[in-house]
Amino acid sequence: MLLLELVRGLPEWRIWLPRTRDQCLSVGYGSLGIVLLVAAFAGAVTALQAAYQFTGSVPLYIMGSLVTETIILELGPVLTGLILAGRIGARYAAELGTMRVTEQIDALESLGRSPVSHLLLPRIVAGLAMVPALVILADGMGLLCGWLATKSSLGITDADFSYGARYFFREFDLWYSVIKAEAFGAVVTVVPCYVGFTASEGAEGVGRATTRAVVAASVLILLLDTVLAKVLLPS
Amino acid sequence: MIELKGVHKCFGRHVVLDGVDFSVDKGETVALLGPSGTGKSVLIKHINGLLKPDRGDVLVDGASVPSLGRRQLAALRTKIGYAFQTGALFDSMSVAENIRLGISDEACFRDRAYCRTRVAECLELVNLPADVGRLMPAQLSGGMRKRVGIARAIAGHPEYLLYDEPTSGLDPINADAMDALIAQLQQELHVTSIVVSHDVRGSFKVADRVALLHAGRIRKVGTAEDFVAAKDEVVREFLERDIQVLEAEEA
Repeated sequence: MLLLELVRGLPEWRIWLPRTRDQCLSVGYGSLGIVLLVAAFAGAVTALQAAYQFTGSVPLYIMGSLVTETIILELGPVLTGLILAGRIGARYAAELGTMRVTEQIDALESLGRSPVSHLLLPRIVAGLAMVPALVILADGMGLLCGWLATKSSLGITDADFSYGARYFFREFDLWYSVIKAEAFGAVVTVVPCYVGFTASEGAEGVGRATTRAVVAASVLILLLDTVLAKVLLPS
Repeated sequence: MIELKGVHKCFGRHVVLDGVDFSVDKGETVALLGPSGTGKSVLIKHINGLLKPDRGDVLVDGASVPSLGRRQLAALRTKIGYAFQTGALFDSMSVAENIRLGISDEACFRDRAYCRTRVAECLELVNLPADVGRLMPAQLSGGMRKRVGIARAIAGHPEYLLYDEPTSGLDPINADAMDALIAQLQQELHVTSIVVSHDVRGSFKVADRVALLHAGRIRKVGTAEDFVAAKDEVVREFLERDIQVLEAEEA
């Protein structure tokens, strides 16, 4: 029903588009710092642990491939998705839940206005637009820090790292990362919006809705991660 | 005209409305009285379709509200202003932006100057200075929030106005001012109004007729004089304290 209402709200672009701009700033710019920080550490730690495990057993250039593929295929999208499930998901569920229990959503409906185009579409469209952008930046930051960490711990040359990175790389890997980001973007916006929108029973209900939204979005991200790997990656 | 015919509403096993029959004529102001928790707010939320009855029908100008489609319901709601108990203002928007929500999008997109003027007019109608428009809801007192809620409800020139507990939580002076405002809006806008309240004296002042909701049904409908003269024990029990004051005032 909610998805149907979202589609019905799309023609009311003059309502949701200006509000989407504000949400984009909040989701994109507001989350940039924490997303880049986590991606930087993920890239560096991946490189350091791989160096610890594989030194002496595989050629050094493999490190380039390992760091690149791990970040682009898995850590960049999944970590960003999980961070945003907490940051954006909790915020959306709490905001909409509070609006529901304080009758703000009823007020909007009583004015003959659609809560979907005023409240839900701006949040969901902002998520769908910003999450892939954040994932691409996270991939870049993870790669940069992974490369620096490999270089400092193993003394690998730039040429070897670059050779390894390109050796197993396929163009589809980048698309896969973006497809995952889009799917996670839908999860971290639609699920919390729905849970917050249907919240009830005062402050306690809003608290419960917020927790439920974050947990549900996180679990769905992990499930989707597995499903997408199975469906999209040829074995 | 608003008509409720045999309206039943349950939340889980709790029966809130148990066959409500009630009507309000065009241009009339009716006060809906009843103790807290008897379903007065639930009843008026059926009129603008915020709630659907489990059984029965709600008619506004002859149209059955529960069976209206999405667009028809949105159109009907623009004819019905609803002033919420707490104001239900959007706390992320200024007072002016809140009131602007009451004006149709077409009007706002077509003529921004009209939009600004209408916001100022509505603030003036509820006796608030124009510069209140710049404030955020968190900066307003409870009484001001209710007034802004009313300003938002009247911004779209509604034909009907539903007030949900307009005087609850207000001190006696502000409650009197709110009653005066309701009476003033009635005179200036010529709307059909339903005032949900448990403030007997205030309701008697503003309403043409009064209805008492008790145990999920309308127990009595009549003028203030009918209520004062009523022999029904339930009615007298509800009005007891206020009737003594009214009689003392009359004496």
